[in-house]
Amino acid sequence: MSTAVLTATFRKQFPGGPEIAVDNFCVGRGVTVLFGASGSGKTTVLRCLAGLEIPNEGEIKFGGEVWFEQSGRRHTAKSELFLPPRLRGAGFVPQDYALFPHLTVAGNLRYGLKELPAAEAGLRVAETLRWLGLEGLENRWPRELSGGQQQRVALARAVARRPRLLLLDEPLAALDTPTRLRLRGELRHWLRELRIPTILVTHDRQEALALGDDVVVLHHGLNVQHGALPEVFGRPANLAVAEITAVETIQSGKILAIREGLATVLAGTARLTALALDLPPDTSEVYVCIRAEDVILMQANSVQSSPRNHLAATVQAVNRKGSLVLVTLDCGFPLTAWLTQAACDELALQAGAQVVALVKAPQVHLLPFAR
Amino acid sequence: MSGAEWQLVGFSLRMALASLLLVLPIGLGLAWWLARKHWPGKALVETLVSLPLVLPPVVTGLVLLQLFGRRGWVGSWLHHTFNCDVVFTWRAVVLALAAMSLPLFVRAARTAFEEVDVKFEQLARTLGAGEWRVFFTITLPLAKRGVLAGMLLAFARALGEFGATIMVAGNIPGRTTTLPVAIYQAVENGEDAHAWLLAGVSAVIAFAAVFVSEHLLRRSQ
Repeated sequence: MSTAVLTATFRKQFPGGPEIAVDNFCVGRGVTVLFGASGSGKTTVLRCLAGLEIPNEGEIKFGGEVWFEQSGRRHTAKSELFLPPRLRGAGFVPQDYALFPHLTVAGNLRYGLKELPAAEAGLRVAETLRWLGLEGLENRWPRELSGGQQQRVALARAVARRPRLLLLDEPLAALDTPTRLRLRGELRHWLRELRIPTILVTHDRQEALALGDDVVVLHHGLNVQHGALPEVFGRPANLAVAEITAVETIQSGKILAIREGLATVLAGTARLTALALDLPPDTSEVYVCIRAEDVILMQANSVQSSPRNHLAATVQAVNRKGSLVLVTLDCGFPLTAWLTQAACDELALQAGAQVVALVKAPQVHLLPFAR
Repeated sequence: MSGAEWQLVGFSLRMALASLLLVLPIGLGLAWWLARKHWPGKALVETLVSLPLVLPPVVTGLVLLQLFGRRGWVGSWLHHTFNCDVVFTWRAVVLALAAMSLPLFVRAARTAFEEVDVKFEQLARTLGAGEWRVFFTITLPLAKRGVLAGMLLAFARALGEFGATIMVAGNIPGRTTTLPVAIYQAVENGEDAHAWLLAGVSAVIAFAAVFVSEHLLRRSQ
């Protein structure tokens, strides 16, 4: 993990609401994903960093600058320091974009460029729009744009000012699925090019993997784990993190070949077949993601079946969780599968048993490495 | 219409416009303050602002007379500092009209401000805008229709004001007499045709103002 540019330790509680308490929250130079279930306090943390909410106590520091400081004791309220959002130099993209409806696309971008001379601001607007593939939309009104265009204009408005920190709240959540998948790849590319420390809020694992370098897992308002993405998702520190992150197998893999829209991937020692539709053509390193509920288990001596991936596997562990059973397998890489109790009994699954794991090709999700 | 009648209509329109200019900065500030801020005693200010709507206008006029008369708090100060008298001059007309139309304007503008989502204002702040800039470039433009409708309502109310005006400004022909006062005077003098003519003019202006205001409000929803 890179050195921290932003550190925050604070407590925030709305009257009657749950308490958010982040402890030594650090953000490095790359893209840090703030990950958690809905209601875990991600947006509140982001808004506190942007200066749109004032924590009850704690401190927020960016570089050598203090953005917020307030000790818990009320009678020493003199120590309070709050840098208003306009002085923080943090670009903010809210979930619903909040494009100014009474300004055109160019007007929205220019809003944050007031300090620049008019000619330079004009150049900056044109350059930013071109960079995000929005040329020609300068004079459109926000209501005339598609969801994906609105998303890009909101990003353009935030970055045109050259912020020191970029804060993105569920940047793709408001989009339909095809647009989201397409923009996910583009967003990753743009964030790499920008090289601005970025905090990105999401509850979507694939989005987290596709866009982030580091991840901070938030659970009931507490930051429970922090580290490089594959590490945190692959080795959750405790059960709480595991429940948020680990219902899915994530394994790094190598593309061996792509033919007729199907990719052959080497994951551990196993070869998998997956759809290659969303992959950039020059991809070689990928994350292989398989959801535990998409894995089918059969007895080892079974016959032909339609799923493309037949993986000889050894059962490592069988854990009952409610009405379902989580089966941990070794099939050349670690794989998890959700089964019902009845299915588990029928197959007589126990540690050491030999089975075949089946996964249909479309359910093997490939994500290009974030580098 | 005779020259004197045109002059009367012109004077009334000018007075209503001047009162609107007085109401605008005070009303916008007050409306924003009520819509966006919470402070102790807010309910008291809200009630005071709305009071002229429910008090008999004559009572409002009486209070203004007391305050701005040469022996009143404000009036004596104005007299000694600026040698400026208010009561029974055109200034009293503007004052009375403003006091009576302020509540209407504040109500409309406050609702309009409350309907502007604060997310736009917050985003503007992250883009480096200070509070004045946020108000003039985000809040006000987004509340434009409601504020315009409020201005028209206030203007129409000012044109129709009678009770408070007659208390503080009296009825000095050519100096403080407004349309409604002139209508009353005409009926008193038994000049019914004259009264009806002036009434017709008032009705046309009021109709136009309310019509435009309703149109603006409907489009803002």
